[in-house]
Amino acid sequence: MREIVVVSGKGGTGKTSLTGAFAHLAENSVVCDLDVDAPDLHLLLRPQTVHTEEFFSGYVAQIDSGLCTGCGLCASMCKYEAVRVAQDTFSVDPLRCEGCKVCVAFCPEGAILFPQKHCGEWYISSTRFGPLVHANLFPGEANSGRLVMVLKQQARQLAKARGKELILADGTPGIGCPVISSLSGADLAVAVTEPTPSGRHDLERVADLCGHFQIRLAVIINKFDLNPEEADRIEAFCRSKGHAAIARLPHDPVVTKAMVEGLVVTELPEGDFSKEVRQTWRKIEELSVRGKK
Amino acid sequence: MSKIAITSEGPELDDLVDPRFGRAAGFVIVDLEDMSSSYIDNGQTQVLAQGAGIQAAQLVAGAKVDCVLSGFVGPKAFQALSAVKIKVVQNLDEGMTVRQAVDKFKAGVLQYAEGPNRGAGR
Amino acid sequence: MIVAIASGKGGTGKTTVAASLTRVWERPLVAVDLDVEAPNLHLFLRPEIEESGPAWIETPVVDESKCTHCLACSALCQFKAISVMGSVVLAFSEMCHGCGGCIAICPEKAISAGKRELGEISRGYAGNTEFLMGCLRIGEAMSPPLMRQVKSRMKNIIEASGRDAIIDAPPGVSCPAVNAVMDSDVIVLVTEPTPFGLHDFKLAWEAFSPFGKPMGVVINRAGVGDREVYSFCAEKGIPVLAEAPYERAAAEGYARGRVIADLSPEFRNIFVSLHSKIFELAAGTLHKEAAHA
Repeated sequence: MREIVVVSGKGGTGKTSLTGAFAHLAENSVVCDLDVDAPDLHLLLRPQTVHTEEFFSGYVAQIDSGLCTGCGLCASMCKYEAVRVAQDTFSVDPLRCEGCKVCVAFCPEGAILFPQKHCGEWYISSTRFGPLVHANLFPGEANSGRLVMVLKQQARQLAKARGKELILADGTPGIGCPVISSLSGADLAVAVTEPTPSGRHDLERVADLCGHFQIRLAVIINKFDLNPEEADRIEAFCRSKGHAAIARLPHDPVVTKAMVEGLVVTELPEGDFSKEVRQTWRKIEELSVRGKK
Repeated sequence: MSKIAITSEGPELDDLVDPRFGRAAGFVIVDLEDMSSSYIDNGQTQVLAQGAGIQAAQLVAGAKVDCVLSGFVGPKAFQALSAVKIKVVQNLDEGMTVRQAVDKFKAGVLQYAEGPNRGAGR
Repeated sequence: MIVAIASGKGGTGKTTVAASLTRVWERPLVAVDLDVEAPNLHLFLRPEIEESGPAWIETPVVDESKCTHCLACSALCQFKAISVMGSVVLAFSEMCHGCGGCIAICPEKAISAGKRELGEISRGYAGNTEFLMGCLRIGEAMSPPLMRQVKSRMKNIIEASGRDAIIDAPPGVSCPAVNAVMDSDVIVLVTEPTPFGLHDFKLAWEAFSPFGKPMGVVINRAGVGDREVYSFCAEKGIPVLAEAPYERAAAEGYARGRVIADLSPEFRNIFVSLHSKIFELAAGTLHKEAAHA
């Protein structure tokens, strides 16, 4: 089984639109939307959900006001400034609570409860391109790293059960915990970048991260025509670091057109852009087979 | 050496080896003297946001095993197991049952690992 | 006044809006990049950095000679960052959330505070605008602790100088994004009129509404995609504070690291008007008619 994860240091580079097209072109794959903070792939794949499960992660402190004597010890010990006082009543702001249990352990009255946190849901769905594993994290919830891990495990089980030989994942932008989780176990990371100062800066960071975890990286420069010289510099950067710069795709309104119709770009009547996307996908397939450990 | 733990998808000797250590479904504990076995469920570890490998290491250490057989053991779990001198055998073949893994171990064809065989958090 | 520039989706032009607003802001200002995973504001504002240094989080260091292996620390730690294995204590610094619980609970006072580097905080000036940013260390999984430190520096600057603040927030709606906007006075959401843009904008609006802060929207790349974002805003009564039309020149200017407000008087006027609408929004005097620009 191979795992390909599409990432981007920066959001808005066209990562999800391209992943959608790759999902169309990939044969015999399980698709996985790991961008749990802002999942968008379902807007293109329009899944029919067949299985839903609740996602719990971590704990949150809750002060029982009946037992609280207002001594303020919890507030003084909390490193996250999560304990609030209003009219002499102490309460925990769940958005600031880190779930560290310090207040629970030290409260002299035993007045602080510590229930599990219901953080979201995850789904197994069917789409016109095959099965999709995806999730919905409730707003403001952290811990998407573990949700990413759950999704990957589900995708792997599903691939095994259905004899699929490829997992194609839409990764998370950034370089923090969810991205680290997205990349773990991948045979190939595909970074979608754009020739802008932010694009290159963030690509360098995500490339460092791949290096850190020894994952092979292929780079797609999207909207390269916005700044061809910058695209050259990105390619030079890739060469110097041993990353494969596999494609330069132009800025083409056809991508937004497909999105508005709830389709991926390769489903529209064949144009130059689609042709290049198909070619790019062939290169990714090749690299992922070669990158296989 | 008398007791070993095998990461397992279920409680029986004929269940499949779970390739994961920290996030394994459970551990079959086998006494090599008489081949008696018991099971430690690892369900509680699944809800941990982080540190599953360390938690699992604590569980098997509590069972007083001398060696762990698994597929992939991460760096922190490896460090924790080493701290209490529990040996690690990793890279078990996929699709093997717990019994087959034990037989291989008894036959002496498995090698102890020198270090973790994967990155953290997988 | 603290204005947070946020967006559900990355790449909608959040940094562009933050940089352009900085250019037209009339009162003394500090521009703060809280998008610590992918900080980009400096690429456009090009500040002179005056000081820059590492930010740390407190993590446990155990004096083994004092430890009695009582398990108190290991039972409290929710993050498995400190663990007792037989007669050995293991501290995993990179897993520590810095709650200080183990240090406080150890009956033998065997645990003291060590530290882990979270990243770097830099401060300087872009013209008259003070500039502050956090940059997460590669491989560091947690961004909220670094963000909290950047925010506390920001508060010091505001208290000392009475400056307004513009925050470039991380994209998305999960913990870091919420962390960035929760202490602001006004939230400006940047979106684009596409299905992805609308979907993530809705998530952000739902996530941030509970804070009860004045919230408005900037529609970037107006003219691409469809009209659904406008319908949603009209339906929910969300004021459209500004529209920046999609123009090739703007995209190319951005790709070259230019601040859009500097490109032409027309672009500058968009942000001058946005600037005054933000003040009206904060004061509660924004006219409904004006709201639907």
